[in-house]
Amino acid sequence: MEAANAKPDEAAQTRVITAATGFELPSARDLWNSRDLIYLLMRRDVAIRYKQTVIGAAWAILQPLLFALVFSLFFGRYARIPSGADVPYPVFALSGMVMWLYISTSLQRISESTVGNSQLITKVYFPRAIIPLSASAQPLVDFVVAFSIVIPVTLLYGVTPSPRILLLPALLLLAWLVVIGAGLWFSALNVRYRDITFLVPFMILVGLFMAPIVYPFDLVPSAFQPIYALNPAVGILETYRWLLFTGASGPGLLLLSPVIAAPVLLVSGAWYFQRAERDFADVI
Amino acid sequence: MALPAIEVEGVSKRYSLGSGALNVSLVDRLGDLARVPRRVISGRRAVPQIAVDSHAHEDEEFWALRDVSMRVERGEVLGLIGANGAGKSTLLKLIARITRPDTGTITLNGRVGTLLEVGTGFHPELTGRENAFLSGTILGMRRQEVADNFDEIVDFSGIGEFIDTPVKHYSSGMYVRLAFAVAAFLNPEILAVDEVLAVGDAEFQRRCLGRMQDVVNEGRTIVFVSHNLSAVQRLCPRSAWIHHGRLMAHGPTAEIISKYLRETGPQQYGGSAVLSESVARSGSGPARLSRISLIGGDGEPTDHLALGEPLRIELIFDSPTPLEDAVVELTISSAEGFRIVNAQSVDEYGTTLKLKRGPNEVTVELDLTLLPGEYNLEVALQTLGGLTVDMVERALRFSALNITYQGVQPYLWEEVRGSVRARSTWSMPGSAGMSAKPSFLQN
Repeated sequence: MEAANAKPDEAAQTRVITAATGFELPSARDLWNSRDLIYLLMRRDVAIRYKQTVIGAAWAILQPLLFALVFSLFFGRYARIPSGADVPYPVFALSGMVMWLYISTSLQRISESTVGNSQLITKVYFPRAIIPLSASAQPLVDFVVAFSIVIPVTLLYGVTPSPRILLLPALLLLAWLVVIGAGLWFSALNVRYRDITFLVPFMILVGLFMAPIVYPFDLVPSAFQPIYALNPAVGILETYRWLLFTGASGPGLLLLSPVIAAPVLLVSGAWYFQRAERDFADVI
Repeated sequence: MALPAIEVEGVSKRYSLGSGALNVSLVDRLGDLARVPRRVISGRRAVPQIAVDSHAHEDEEFWALRDVSMRVERGEVLGLIGANGAGKSTLLKLIARITRPDTGTITLNGRVGTLLEVGTGFHPELTGRENAFLSGTILGMRRQEVADNFDEIVDFSGIGEFIDTPVKHYSSGMYVRLAFAVAAFLNPEILAVDEVLAVGDAEFQRRCLGRMQDVVNEGRTIVFVSHNLSAVQRLCPRSAWIHHGRLMAHGPTAEIISKYLRETGPQQYGGSAVLSESVARSGSGPARLSRISLIGGDGEPTDHLALGEPLRIELIFDSPTPLEDAVVELTISSAEGFRIVNAQSVDEYGTTLKLKRGPNEVTVELDLTLLPGEYNLEVALQTLGGLTVDMVERALRFSALNITYQGVQPYLWEEVRGSVRARSTWSMPGSAGMSAKPSFLQN
């Protein structure tokens, strides 16, 4: 049996475990060394997401589509909520819903990820930050699938997408940084305080009405707009529609909130996560 | 190059009593308040167990490990023994880096692999192949390493063509075999193992032990935690005994085990023993073994048996509530810790027992002859559903002596081989039968 698989550099490694002290961030080297595990956990989450469903990944398309339908009917048609971005209301609602579902499911999955993997945490060591990191992948796959319906529907309503759409990956990176930063906080807090399990779905429900998803930003009274714009999702959604539709106005200062929130949440979240991680196995 | 594989220096680990958390949410605390009256009404007895009934002492601390120092040399296979809750699993988790010490340091020279359960990371919806890669990687292998060993893993598991079937369709045997096959190809310099060998059929266990032996021969270091003294004896040349969070002894296994059996607990030597709540025991309760007596041939409690003397054990179980479908199990182990004889009330001609409220006397007679040596009685009270109500691993010690009882042959040799004498009939073809007694014993 030939299984001489320990790399010489790893064979020589020495590790000293002590009581935890001081300021620490998750070690980038440890995370890089665990890239295989991150990849396989991501693949697991993607693989099991639609197992034992009849229509499978079509759910990723169906959910925003049905949401958009309901809102188009009740908000767009009956309540006469105006559309924004110079596109028909169904296009406006569908595009907003696809992005909102990405942000909200990411936040929820990442927040639940540590407790959901408690079996692993109590039985084997690996850098714990792998868990929220790998949980962030599956919603992104859902987004790509769901987004594939946005363009045809847009064209169907006679709207030509803007060439700015090519910048979408950069915006997604920004959105990912914001949700992973917030998710690091929530996933670490959730280990000790299961209150997070209730808080996050509540935030998501409220967030649906506290961001320009099914109504345009202009509808918010101008006096209230600065506070409203503190929610990073607002800047992300406004930028997103500007990238998608030629007639949409630029996000301007609204982009400030996510751009500042991303590094602040990421660094503070990573710091808190690393601090809390020490006790995960004892507390979870 | 005399770097030890593991160096533990002054390590302590503290837990808060109660919820196990250092802090609990407000909601939890309100929940605790709501539970108090119910506990009073039900009249449940206070059992000195950690994390069960200790909400009243939430601020108190419990030291799972206290100032433990030891060296494990490279290539050493170390057994960690001790009663339930002694701290041996905590030490293993510290070595495995699952949790951190509160004081002291642990220095690890080499990659550490951990086997605390069978099938770490297995997901029922994934196929055997996907799970092999996932679990292997979680346990510390690279994806490439799993791929390199994949054919051997499949061979070792005996799963064959089912490797591409979701494991939720596997039988529990198949599941365990695949999980173990993956673990068997772990190749860290240091392996932390917890009792996982207790699963699987005998043949598979044998192969796993063989594989573990290979790992040892490759010069890797193993730390093995087990309640099963026999397994420790077989696998580990050296052992450490942990008691109430402290390292009591560390050395050659035979020495450590006999020291452990000799010194721990209020275990009584022979006769009739009253077992208080504080005896090292496990199980859900509330029924408890409160007394055990070894009765000799003359009907009196004794601390020794002559060769061939009938063996009767009287047990008294105190139960605050009636208990249906009870199964009483008696295990005799040798001084070295091997479990050698087992008898249960549901064996062959037996039946389940009904315990009534209050003291219940249960008597068992065993038809066997123990060869000279020291023995230990272990008693377990279980339900037919598989719940362990009470288990006392070291309930009573006694000796079997080489003195004859009512004409039974004495043991002839100085070195005793084995523990139990089989009733045997000997014959030779063409002979009318063999002499009943050796000539020198005939009078």
